[in-house]
Amino acid sequence: MKEFAYVRAGSVEEATSAYASHAGARYLGGGTNLVDLMKLGVERPAALIDVTRLPLDAVEELPDGGLRIGAMVRNSDLAAHLLVRDRYPALSQAVLAGASGQLRNAATTGGNLLQRTRCPYFQDLSKPCNKREPGSGCGARDGVHRDHAVLGHSAHCIATHPSDMAVALAALDGRVELYGPEGARRVAAADFHRLPGDRPDQDTEIRPGELVTGVVLPAAAAGLPSAYRKARDRASYAFALASVAVVLRLEDGVIGHAGLAFGALAHRPWRARRAEAALRGAAPTRAAFEHAADLELSAAQPLRDNAYKVPLARNLAVDVLSRLTDTALARRAS
Amino acid sequence: MGNHEHHSETTLRVNGKPHTLTVDHRRVLLDLLREDLALTGAKRGCDHGQCGACTVLVDGRRVNSCLLFAVALDGREVTTVEGLSGDGEEPHPLQRAFLERDAFQCGYCTPGQICSAAGVLAEAAAGHPSYVTDPAAPSGEPVPLDREEIRERLSGNLCRCGAYPRITEAVEDVIP
Ligand SMILES: Cc1cc2nc3c(=O)[nH]c(=O)nc-3n(C[C@H](O)[C@H](O)[C@H](O)COP(=O)(O)OP(=O)(O)OC[C@H]3O[C@@H](n4cnc5c(N)ncnc54)[C@H](O)[C@@H]3O)c2cc1C
Ligand code: SF4
Ligand code: FES
Ligand code: FES
Repeated sequence: MKEFAYVRAGSVEEATSAYASHAGARYLGGGTNLVDLMKLGVERPAALIDVTRLPLDAVEELPDGGLRIGAMVRNSDLAAHLLVRDRYPALSQAVLAGASGQLRNAATTGGNLLQRTRCPYFQDLSKPCNKREPGSGCGARDGVHRDHAVLGHSAHCIATHPSDMAVALAALDGRVELYGPEGARRVAAADFHRLPGDRPDQDTEIRPGELVTGVVLPAAAAGLPSAYRKARDRASYAFALASVAVVLRLEDGVIGHAGLAFGALAHRPWRARRAEAALRGAAPTRAAFEHAADLELSAAQPLRDNAYKVPLARNLAVDVLSRLTDTALARRAS
Repeated sequence: MGNHEHHSETTLRVNGKPHTLTVDHRRVLLDLLREDLALTGAKRGCDHGQCGACTVLVDGRRVNSCLLFAVALDGREVTTVEGLSGDGEEPHPLQRAFLERDAFQCGYCTPGQICSAAGVLAEAAAGHPSYVTDPAAPSGEPVPLDREEIRERLSGNLCRCGAYPRITEAVEDVIP
């Protein structure tokens, strides 16, 4: 590992100006992804700006009924927070579906959003990879790609984004708060991660030097039935093969709003807008759920070895929509 | 000693004792414990956060010491398997239960399993849910630990010898 300078930032301004004054700087959150990639030689920062002690470690209720989660809130504390569990259960479940107890104790909200793909070629310096080294080619396309994308991939990159948490944030219409040299701004969580196109080196919309300062959950989704379900190769402690986050509002016996996002199918959490449009105003029946899921997934372009993901994702979506409908109807009855 | 840009004075309390060292920023906690402080309980398995053999407690929370730069832990309190029982006169109840249940074969994963289990007990007592906890009951009350909960919560600790059934039993023995 290359030597690096270390700066412990005490404030957001201190962090962004330290980043600006150190060439080759990276922010250090829990380090569970960055330290790993530094050991592999994929990341070679000249300076680490430690942001873990910034005063962004609280979950706060907003005046409008939403919730702000500070970027330094640890994944385990986010998942355990009573307001998160009570009002946005899909988010708590998604975080708990990821990694291990030890990793979640260290990982931060900001770092989780910005974790890099688990594509094995990306992590192996001896292999071509357009994400790690633009222009070098994509080892996965004709190689091992069982875990890779079926939606929105490009000739340049077929990687998926590994975060479970980000899938729930996309379905719940969360927003990512950023602070950088040009000031503060917010980006919808569903638009924060990019499709690869011809720039697979860019995972997200973040600009150089920008810091994730928090995530905001909207009042509109608070308290609605929501859930996260993940399919993986073993019962625990594995990345998703496919996953789904759903939030559902029934109105007078029909679907008023369905927020639906798939994980592990694309370079970003895949917000299923076509399925959502098909569900709006429909009766919450199994046939309607199947129709909506099929409509969304008809755009899938599986690779040689990952067509299994399409029916897997479809069944997950139908299952979670059915379960949430039962929850919503039971609540109304009681 | 190299460039001062790349080293920092760092103070950690380890098993109750303060240690001030000048660390290379690249030093991870696992190496500091094993090489600088000769505390070899925490083990290197994968070195990438995948196996849990390096698990220790930082400020009472279980973490993978292979993925933490020591410099970032300045001022923190670290507990390793060597310090789990406090003064070391009596073994920690988890250590006793692992012995009584014969919850290991080679023992390589054991310090990590025990530190992780200590973290699990504290997390459940504090009301932290797991992926298998009923999501319909967000209460903040202590979460009862059945076998399914223990297995899920310890899934970040691999055992190449496959001693899982006895590890689960040992943890069940110490549930308050
Ligand atoms: C064995 C293993 C299994 C895992 N399994 C899963 C899983 O099943 N599901 C899942 O979702 N995840 C999984 N993870 C990934 C884990 O969730 C991430 O490593 C973690 O969330 C990253 O958070 P961190 O704070 O440690 O980030 P870091 O490693 O500190 O940082 C990650 C990146 O984000 C940047 N960064 C950090 N904070 C900020 C900020 N505030 N603003 C701007 N940039 C920032 C860093 O510069 C770096 O590029 C697994 C990891 C491991 C090692
Ligand atoms: S899929 Fe993307 S990350 Fe993987 S090798 Fe191809 S370019 Fe690299
Ligand atoms: S050595 Fe740290 S998790 Fe394997
Ligand atoms: S006892 Fe040998 S690895 Fe667990």
